[in-house]
Amino acid sequence: MEKALKGDWVQIHQVVFSPGERAPNIPEETRKVPLELRVKGWLVIPEARIGEDAVIKTPAGRELEGRLVSINPPFTHGFGEPVPELLEIGPELRELLEEEGTE
Amino acid sequence: MKDMSFAALMDRRNEIMKQAVGINYEEFARGRFAFAYEEMMQKVGYTLDEIRAIQRETDVGQTPLWEMKNLTRLVRKLAPAGKGARIFIKDEAANPSGSFKARRASVSVYRAKKQGYKGVVSATSGNYGAAVASQAVKRNMKCIVVQEVFDSKGDGQPEILEKGRKCEAYGAEVLQLTVGPELFYTFLRVLEETKFFNASLYTPFGIAGVETLGYEVATEIKEKEGRFPDKVLITHAGGGNLTGTARGLKKAGAEDTEIVGVSVDLTGLHSASDHDFNRKSFTTGHTGFGVPFTTWPDRADVPRNAARSLRYIDRYLTVTQGQVFYATEALAQIEGLERGPAGNTSLAAAIALAQEMDRDEILVVQETEYTGAGKHPTAQLTFAREKGIDVRRGDPHEEKPGENIIIPRGPGDLFYKEMDLDKLRKTYLKALQKNHPGPYSEEEKEFLTEELGVDQEKLEKLLNSN
Repeated sequence: MEKALKGDWVQIHQVVFSPGERAPNIPEETRKVPLELRVKGWLVIPEARIGEDAVIKTPAGRELEGRLVSINPPFTHGFGEPVPELLEIGPELRELLEEEGTE
Repeated sequence: MKDMSFAALMDRRNEIMKQAVGINYEEFARGRFAFAYEEMMQKVGYTLDEIRAIQRETDVGQTPLWEMKNLTRLVRKLAPAGKGARIFIKDEAANPSGSFKARRASVSVYRAKKQGYKGVVSATSGNYGAAVASQAVKRNMKCIVVQEVFDSKGDGQPEILEKGRKCEAYGAEVLQLTVGPELFYTFLRVLEETKFFNASLYTPFGIAGVETLGYEVATEIKEKEGRFPDKVLITHAGGGNLTGTARGLKKAGAEDTEIVGVSVDLTGLHSASDHDFNRKSFTTGHTGFGVPFTTWPDRADVPRNAARSLRYIDRYLTVTQGQVFYATEALAQIEGLERGPAGNTSLAAAIALAQEMDRDEILVVQETEYTGAGKHPTAQLTFAREKGIDVRRGDPHEEKPGENIIIPRGPGDLFYKEMDLDKLRKTYLKALQKNHPGPYSEEEKEFLTEELGVDQEKLEKLLNSN
C-alpha cells in the first residue's frame, strides 16, 4: 500500500454529516448521501497509508485530521475533447463576414 | 465544549457573522423589515475615490474596453436596415485573478487587513475564491476558500475543479465539499474556529468594489464616443455584479443607460440536488441564483445583502447554455479573444439585442473572464457528454437544461427570453407578506418602492394583485 511521509503533499477526507444528520429541506437524493469534505495539505505525522487516519497542515497553517485519500493528488481536469459542433462555427462565421452585401 | 451540531451552529450564526464581518447591521434597521440601504452603503462602504485608490494599490481595475468590430459587422448583416448597435466589451479577464471578482474582493480584503483580522474566508465555487486568494496574497493575509465541488460519486465539475486549483495557486487552503446547502455550516465553523474575516460577496465593501466597473464603462465610453452607453449587459447571478455596476454608472452620471441583466436559463435543475449538480454546464450566471437572489436578496450569508438587483434592473433576459458556448466560440474565432464561457452569458444576449437597436447606439458587455483547462467549452461539453447530455446543433429553442445542449445553427438562431420583472416583484412581495403581513406604513411603502424600483402607484397595484 502506498505510503505518505511527513512533509508530503496529500489529500484527506472527512464525513461532515452522515445521511441521518443532514439538513432538513434538501432534495431526497442529497439527504441519502453523506456530506463529505476533501482538503489538501502537508502531512505532519511521520507516515500514513491510504485509508489511514492522517493529520495535515494546510496552506493557511491549520492542522486538520481525516482519512488519507491521495498522495500528491493530480489535477484531473483538462480541455476535454475537441467538439466538432463548435469547430464548424469559426469557418461559418468568417464566410458570412466575407460575403458581399449590406452591412 | 461547544455544541457543534448543525442546529447549534446555526443558532450562533448571527453572533459568528457579527464577529466575522464587523458590521452592526441592526444600526440600519427601520421597523419590521425596512432598512436604510443607502445609509448602510455610505457609512460602511467607501467613496468611489477611496475604492479606486484601494484597487490601484493591488492592481485591480482599469481594464481595457474593446470595440467588437467584427461582431458588430455580423449583427448588422443579420439586422434590418438601419439597425445593429455597436458592441463594446470590458475585458475584465485582465484583472489579477482573471475576472471582475478581483474588484469585489479588493475592498473586503483591504477592510479585513485594516481591522486587524489575520485571514479571510470565502464561501464560493466561483471566480470569487481566486479573487479573494489573490488579493489576500497582495495584502499578506491567510485565505481559506470553501467550495461545493463534488457529487456523491466524487465527480467534480471541471469548471469548479479549475477554480479550486487557481485558489491553491495563490496559496489558499481549499475546503472541497460535496453537494448541499450545509456548506454554510462548514463555512460558519471555519469562521468561528479561525476568527478570520468573512469576505462575503454581499457586504457593502464587496458591492462598492464593483462600482468602479460601472464607473469605468460610463466614463471610458463617454471619452471615446462623446456619450454614455445606451445599454449595459450584465451577467446576473447573486446580483452583486448588476448592483455594483449600476451604482457606478449612476455615479458617473449615466442615469439613462439601460441596465440589462442576463442569466443562463437552467429552469428545472435543482441547485441542491446531488443528481442535478453535474447535469449543468454553468456553475454561475444562471437562473438558479439569479431568480431567487432577485426575489429575496437576504438569503445571503450576511443579514443584509448589499446586492439588491430589483432596485436597479431595467430588463432581465435569459439565454440557453448552447447559445453561450456559441458566443464564446464566436468571440474567439472572429474577435481573437479566447475567454471563459460563463462570463460570455451577456455576450450571447448582446448579439440578439444589438440587432434591435439603431446603428448609432452603443451596447456594452461589461465583463469577460479568464479561460483555461476545465473552464472552457471543450472541457465542459466533453463533461456534459460523459454525463449523458445530448450535445448537437439545432434550434436553441429546443434546449432542455439537464437533457440537452443545443448549439445554434448560425448567429441568426441566437435569441433571448424576457423575464417578467413584475412577476419577480410579486414573488418578492409574496414572501414579505407572508412574514410581515400588511397594512404597511408610509415608511415601509417608501422602502418597498426603492426595493422594487417602482413608484407608489405601481406598488399598490402589485400589493393588491397578490
